[in-house]
Amino acid sequence: MADLSTTFVGIKSPNPFWLASAPPTDKEYNVRRAFEAGWGGVVWKTLGEEGPPIVNVNGPRYESLLSDQRRVIGFNNIELITDRPLQTNLQEIRRVKRDFPERALVVSLMVPCEEGAWKAILPMVEDTGCDGVELNFGCPHGMSERGMGSAVGQVPEYIEMVTRWCKQYTGLPVIVKLTPNITDIRQPARAAHAGGADAVSLINTINSVMGVNLQSMRMSPNVGGMGSHGGYCGPAVKPIALNMVAEIARDPPTAGLPISGIGGITTWRDAAEFIALGSGTVQVCTAAMVYGFKIVQDLCDGLSNFMDEQGYRSVQQMVGLAVPSITNWNQLNLNHIEKAVIDQDLCIQCGRCHVVCEDTSHQAISATKNGKRHFAVLDEECVGCNLCVSICPVPGCISMKALQPGEVDKRTGLTVSGDYANWTTHPNNPARA
Amino acid sequence: MSLPSTPSDVAAGRLSQAEYARNFADAHPPLTAVQALLEAERCYYCFDAPCTTACPTGIDIPTFIARIAQGNLRGAARTILEENVLGGMCARVCPTEVLCEQACVRCTQEDKPVEIGLLQRHATDAYFAQPGAPLFSRAAASGKRVAVVGAGPAGLACAHRLAMLGHAVTLFDDKPKLGGLNEYGLATYKTVDGFAQKEIRWLLSIGGIELRPKHSLGRDVFLDALARDHDAVFLGLGLAGVNTLGMAEPVDAAARAAVDFIAELRQAASPAEVAVGRRVVVIGGGMTAVDAAVQSRLLGAEDVTMVYRRGPEAMSASDYEQQWAQTNGVRIKHWAAPQQLLLADGRVRGVRFTRTALQGDRLVQTEDRFDIEADMVLSAIGQVFEAQPLGLSLELKGGRIATDAQGRTSHPKIWAGGDCRAGGRDLTVEAVQHGKVAAIAIDHQLRA
Repeated sequence: MADLSTTFVGIKSPNPFWLASAPPTDKEYNVRRAFEAGWGGVVWKTLGEEGPPIVNVNGPRYESLLSDQRRVIGFNNIELITDRPLQTNLQEIRRVKRDFPERALVVSLMVPCEEGAWKAILPMVEDTGCDGVELNFGCPHGMSERGMGSAVGQVPEYIEMVTRWCKQYTGLPVIVKLTPNITDIRQPARAAHAGGADAVSLINTINSVMGVNLQSMRMSPNVGGMGSHGGYCGPAVKPIALNMVAEIARDPPTAGLPISGIGGITTWRDAAEFIALGSGTVQVCTAAMVYGFKIVQDLCDGLSNFMDEQGYRSVQQMVGLAVPSITNWNQLNLNHIEKAVIDQDLCIQCGRCHVVCEDTSHQAISATKNGKRHFAVLDEECVGCNLCVSICPVPGCISMKALQPGEVDKRTGLTVSGDYANWTTHPNNPARA
Repeated sequence: MSLPSTPSDVAAGRLSQAEYARNFADAHPPLTAVQALLEAERCYYCFDAPCTTACPTGIDIPTFIARIAQGNLRGAARTILEENVLGGMCARVCPTEVLCEQACVRCTQEDKPVEIGLLQRHATDAYFAQPGAPLFSRAAASGKRVAVVGAGPAGLACAHRLAMLGHAVTLFDDKPKLGGLNEYGLATYKTVDGFAQKEIRWLLSIGGIELRPKHSLGRDVFLDALARDHDAVFLGLGLAGVNTLGMAEPVDAAARAAVDFIAELRQAASPAEVAVGRRVVVIGGGMTAVDAAVQSRLLGAEDVTMVYRRGPEAMSASDYEQQWAQTNGVRIKHWAAPQQLLLADGRVRGVRFTRTALQGDRLVQTEDRFDIEADMVLSAIGQVFEAQPLGLSLELKGGRIATDAQGRTSHPKIWAGGDCRAGGRDLTVEAVQHGKVAAIAIDHQLRA
């Protein structure tokens, strides 16, 4: 069995699966259950400063976006940071860490953007014996109205400033959690790096309104008729998160900065993809909120079997392996040509590939052969767009086949050269070198 | 055979009220709202969908299923009913396993089609429960009058479409109630709670259809006069005759046509009133035979045997129907032809069969014989068209009325559809299509 243990900014955990700072890590009871189920680490739900705790709404805090067969694909929440006293949380953190010393226990923090506030809380947190702190610069709802959370994460200068304070007032590793509600994720990551952050974690949730109740004509979820945007997460945000993780991983100023990947991770495959794009650990919330803590066993088992099969001996070996495959569009090989191929033995003849190609793409899939229902790709029209592959309901039925050097592209009549050529040198590019 | 020593046993009221209620409840209960939603989400929304092609009435199935999934049940019902005005009944009685569901692409992938029939029922039930504003309205009056003879599925569909198109329809039927086989011919457990009449009341609510029940063609009304007094005539006469077994005609009322037994049960105030033998033999291999055999069991018959002269693959009852019979405790015996009704003191006591075999393509009777004891014998070996009430000469084909694809007969003013028309599969849904297509053809002709 592959070794799943990780050491992330010096924090050891038996597997790379951490529960993200969120409702599942709100208190001792939940975290003990999580560790008993096998989670490698948790980021304890965000603590605020000493004093009367914040309050949450007592109406709906969550709502989901469902796919076919009632699967949750998107999830939204308006829960704030912990609504329990700071000291209660600190005592529980201390007890849990004592009982689970080999698990990672990172504490998420959010206090006002004042040096004194950070200076005050950090020693208390450090005193619990926890392994590190995560700065919550991501929460997009509620706390951001008070100048915290994503309000900080949207201003790179603040990120750098607060990160520097934290590095000054604690010896614990400092992970900076980033908000995706920003134009260019590289800027806050660079700021965190400049402030001395040991790592970044991302993505936090995305501003969202889940829907409108058409009977009452009120947004949902709402609390007594009025709602407020929430933070969106779950499988639907994974592609957004992967892009942001990869942007940071391949940005020269932050290349090599440890990343804890977050965003819709539900299966071991999702996790492996985040790892391949540069994440040293991954954090999960929605999947646990949808299925319970037991899923960590499937995450571990799946990742371990995959690693054994592929010959990876440690998670670390996989980190960032796919990053070099991401580049700018202008570097893509315009001489590479693919055509869709439909496996007639697998085709169930739903005809969707035909109609979507006909209606919305390149009229490259025929619907009949000798007067009978039959779907086949017309190489002379196919531009290799992958739409048919993307929408076919049968796994593996339609695949893309690359033309080899010497083959003729029936669409253009040109012979494939096998030479690499991109937009920067293309004759149609008015700005070509 | 040595005839059974026990007395003949044909009786009503074999079961408790609770047992009758259970046995004659909906055979296939409707989907709950959640089941319907989950099932609707299985539909792939195919292009040029094979299920639609397989539906004799051409219902746009992916559209109605998508509308169910989107919570638009009225839209779903409209999609169904605009192609098949008896879509509610067809959802209950169509052999979907050989029509739309057989064509479902999910069969290829996972051997489990989308439950199109149950979804169709879900949408139409929801609509009939709360119809709201009318789905269909009548075109401006054309001033044309059309007689529709026979208020079965073909006649009803034709009458409705003609009324929609603005024509004045007079609908004749020899029975007191409208519906034809929908009312008199289907198994009771397929259409519970008086659905047939409920559906007909809704269908007639479009207006413009004058009713003439208890009017028998060739007795109370005559085709030549109808053709003379109307701009067009549609015949949806069904099959009024039954094939006989070719044995000495029975004298005991316990040897009867399965269709009569089925009709008696449909019309009974309670199944407890209907007599059934302790041991029943049903001769035939079609849906009528299955309906009669299963309902005999449900009425409390102890042993029910269906006997068919060929093998299971030749039965016109689908595999699904055959399994349904077997699940209900009906024994199916193949390769045997009835030879003699065994009577004692004028009462049915059994049937003597000859084993059959194939010689090449030909079915032959062997020397091998066997008897099956029975207190009741139901024959379901097919029905025939009775041409005599027509009174005038229409071209026939294979004993039924010959028509073109639109249902026009050899007479320029007369159309025909449903089971009386040559060249169909005797399905309710086909009859509906015949009626609809003929109505459109009649409309074209009347407006030409």
